Amino acid sequence: MTDPMTDPTHDAPLILGEHTLSSRLLVGTGKYASFEETAQALEVSGTDCVTVAVRRVNLDASKGPSLLEFIDRDRYVILPNTAGCFDVKSAVRTCVLSRDLLGTKLVKLEVLGDKTTLLPDPVGTLEATEELVNQGFDVMVYCSDDPRMCYRLAELGATAVMPAGSPIGSGQGVLNPNAIRIILELVDACPIIVDAGVGKASDVCAAFELGVEGVLLNSAIALANDPLRMAAAMRFAASAGRQTYLAGPIPKRLYANASSPTEGMIAGTGLPAEAGVS
Amino acid sequence: MGRQDSARAFCVCRVARGLPFWNDVCGSNAPLHHTLKIVLNGSPEEVVDALAVDELIEGLALAPEQVAVEVNGELVTRAERAGVQLSEGDAVELVTLVGGG
Repeated sequence: MTDPMTDPTHDAPLILGEHTLSSRLLVGTGKYASFEETAQALEVSGTDCVTVAVRRVNLDASKGPSLLEFIDRDRYVILPNTAGCFDVKSAVRTCVLSRDLLGTKLVKLEVLGDKTTLLPDPVGTLEATEELVNQGFDVMVYCSDDPRMCYRLAELGATAVMPAGSPIGSGQGVLNPNAIRIILELVDACPIIVDAGVGKASDVCAAFELGVEGVLLNSAIALANDPLRMAAAMRFAASAGRQTYLAGPIPKRLYANASSPTEGMIAGTGLPAEAGVS
Repeated sequence: MGRQDSARAFCVCRVARGLPFWNDVCGSNAPLHHTLKIVLNGSPEEVVDALAVDELIEGLALAPEQVAVEVNGELVTRAERAGVQLSEGDAVELVTLVGGG
């Protein structure tokens, strides 16, 4: 952490269970052209926490290297997800496996409703959160941007509540900023992280300006024409948005408010009616 | 013939993939006689009788720290792998971490 007295951009870390993160950008590892590109993009993004999925081992004799060989576990917190799980049992089972594999209890819970929207199933998400919390997991929960749902998840003991800005991989940004604002007012038991939907740096910046504690993204970087450049853009956007929020922006107003003094105008300048013509 | 005396044994399923294997039980490169049918990640496979989970992982040349294992839907923890022997008809899931959001 930086010295508050000398660094005007000092910020508190993001605490997720046992983990303390400097960067508030959480970055996924899917859809990159190669593991090398994945590792480079993570580095450029400045993230401290990366998501992964749990899948069957490829048993083909020709199998290549593992993603795990490209992610430095001393550098990054690894956040295993339950992507692809459509029921409570599958999601819990996946978390049990990832905990054994990684030796860590932090998980990203997704209980999806259908393959077209990939929207979270609210009832399954609630049930799985409760079960996982009871089993001692630190649960970061992907959910819809419904404020009451977010409240209930936090009440159950979620480590972070992560409303979608818009559908996963859609690049539509935060479609309902007012819902996020209400969530931020309702939930103070855990961090709110916008998970999913961002496409551009401005989306990330806007999310942070609302006051969210973090943004989780994947496709926006991985599927950009130049992923490394986009990773840099997202890093700057996260910083710009977070600093904007902390700095406290001016209120919007309908009419102008001059930045320069209105007193001491030189004779003959300004509006004719006010120019002191006599 | 049990294989408790064997220090190591490789999966017969490696034969099908053209991978080298050897067999301490029989002491030859002949196909193993005492085998079990299991379902490994959804595919039918044959392995030596009473193969332990840690031996299965070793036989498949997987890094033990990069996988997690379920047998019949139940987690076999890292600590339990050496003590759990496979039985006829077991469904084994071997999972790892891959790219994802």
